Amino acid sequence: MSAAIRPVRTQAELGLADLYATARHGLPGGKDIAAVRAAAFNHFVLAGLPNARVESWKYTDLRRLMRDAKPLAPPPDATSKEEARAAGELLSGLDFRRVVIVDGAFVEELSDLAGLEPGVMVRSMAEALALDEPMLSQGLGVMVPADDSALALNTALAGDGVVITVSPDVAVVRPIHLAFVNTATAPAAMVTRSLVVIGKGARATFIETHEGRGQADYQVNTALQLVIGDEAKVDHVKVTREGKGAIHIGTLLAHVGTRATFNQWGFTTGGAVVRHQLFVLLSGEGTTANLGGLSLLAERQHADTTLAVEHAAPGCHSREVFKAVVDDEARAVFQGKITVRQQAQKTDAKMMTRALLLSDDAEADGKPELEIFADDVQCGHGATTGNLDDQLKFYLMARGIPEKQAEALLIQAFAAEVVETIEHEGVRDALMEAIAGWLGQRG
Amino acid sequence: MTPLLEIRGLRAEIAGRKILQGLDLKVDAGEIHAIMGPNGAGKSTLSYVLAGKPGYEITGGEILFKGEDLLAMAPDERAAKGVFLAFQYPLEIPGVATVTFLRTALNAQRRKRGEEELSSPDLLKRVRELARKLGIDPEMLRRPLNVGFSGGEKKRNETLQMALLEPLLCVLDETDSGLDIDALKIVANGVNALRASERGMIVITHYQRLLDYIVPDVVHVLAAGRIVKTGGKELALELEATGYAQYQNVAA
Repeated sequence: MSAAIRPVRTQAELGLADLYATARHGLPGGKDIAAVRAAAFNHFVLAGLPNARVESWKYTDLRRLMRDAKPLAPPPDATSKEEARAAGELLSGLDFRRVVIVDGAFVEELSDLAGLEPGVMVRSMAEALALDEPMLSQGLGVMVPADDSALALNTALAGDGVVITVSPDVAVVRPIHLAFVNTATAPAAMVTRSLVVIGKGARATFIETHEGRGQADYQVNTALQLVIGDEAKVDHVKVTREGKGAIHIGTLLAHVGTRATFNQWGFTTGGAVVRHQLFVLLSGEGTTANLGGLSLLAERQHADTTLAVEHAAPGCHSREVFKAVVDDEARAVFQGKITVRQQAQKTDAKMMTRALLLSDDAEADGKPELEIFADDVQCGHGATTGNLDDQLKFYLMARGIPEKQAEALLIQAFAAEVVETIEHEGVRDALMEAIAGWLGQRG
Repeated sequence: MTPLLEIRGLRAEIAGRKILQGLDLKVDAGEIHAIMGPNGAGKSTLSYVLAGKPGYEITGGEILFKGEDLLAMAPDERAAKGVFLAFQYPLEIPGVATVTFLRTALNAQRRKRGEEELSSPDLLKRVRELARKLGIDPEMLRRPLNVGFSGGEKKRNETLQMALLEPLLCVLDETDSGLDIDALKIVANGVNALRASERGMIVITHYQRLLDYIVPDVVHVLAAGRIVKTGGKELALELEATGYAQYQNVAA
């Protein structure tokens, strides 16, 4: 083996090293957790920031896109907390249980924790880490194989987040809204880690929203580890509407048990650079996973969805449908990899990605991949990229619908097809409204 | 009196191919004109040029709609002024519910004309009533526009749109194609119900059959991009007997 060529450390990488050196003693967690953090940071130091030479980051060269490291955001003050009260307005009126994270810190006083269903526990990750529970040191370690230096950085630096546990057979009736609000005006980094453990046969719906100030210069590195027990059913929707200057790196690690159902859906409209990476391990037989997403991008936005689904047990069923609408000089990236292990016979997996380009300078990169080691499987993938259909546009205009409105209808239709796969009607309506708002801004 | 539609010396081409070569046509309000002709004569081109489909280059002539220059208007403006094209092949639009489409179209036209928008309940009432008359299952209105509709259902849906939008000029492009006799009768009844003193119609067809049900006042023969003969409704029967061969020769 030849020695790896160590690229020159970038300003951001050097900054992150300083950040860790200064912050490590103040980060929550005892000896075990500190060891997990140190190992993760070492991983990061060896790999550096993800860059174009790493296959899974081919189209999103974070080393180039992330010019410097921001200091960790200070704990939210009264003004920030006040601002956070209005957050997640998209879902207002749906009566979800709000759990609020401001500038990377769990804020109990803004969270609606009264009358939790028996068997449901919601805590701050910082507090849970301080108790040094074995579950947490495992939780910071990775239960789903994911060799990724952005995730390693998260493990090293995460200061807070949420820990939710749902006991077996408990049905969480009220969906839980995890509202991540970034109020920083000065350059700042928010590194959060959350853990959700769903017991056997339990049911729950989670909506995660991430938002921030219009022009603020901030970086988010957020990770959620989701452990879904046998026969459980979990719906998870993530809405990313960060401010225009933000870099948002989000990682989802899902470990799905036997005969469980996992529906995951991502919606991205905001942020200068957004990376949404999902590592999904179908570890038990007969499990179903429906993964979907929609990005609406304009100006010079860059949004990357990278998916690694591993069928590790027989008879699992997965569907992946990801769409992007790309205007101006924006760029959408979709990479999807489905791996079918040798033992995972009777796997049924279908992946589809579609991009709609609204301008000549818009770009979409798609890379679907199948890696199959079993011989009795049904797997397929497809990718399309296109413009609005002029024939359809003419048909609508011939009925009196002005050009921009005709385009909006067709874009809405393109988007609706994938929004409709969300089970919760209120969330579907809220997202259709957000899409209409986005189209309205297009003018 | 200004004619509803007046086409003078219209020349149009697509991708360098000359299709309309000096076409003249005048339609007055209250009249139904049939345009018949062989395949490739320019019948569909005429309908598309009237509706404003992009891709056609107008190299000569003019189209006046109530005295106004129609060619200067975008397709949506033409529609708001009262021009309606019933498509030969209505398009399928997945993700847009038929009723949403109808509401959007009607209210866009009303806005452009400075009229008040129709409320959803009022619109729904009107649409349901029209659907009933055309034998359209109300369930279909909730489905995406034309998606999975049969040929007959699509044509009925076109007729429904026409009835709802109440245009001044209806252009029916091969409305009979793909219809069995029962569907043809329903569609023809829908069209006949729209006959009115303020409204004109152009019925484009290859076959005489449709004209048994939608009886025209005037019949034109279109060949090689021009109107080569004009007559009464008996001309259609004559064509049925003799075919178009003689006109193809005339045009050449």
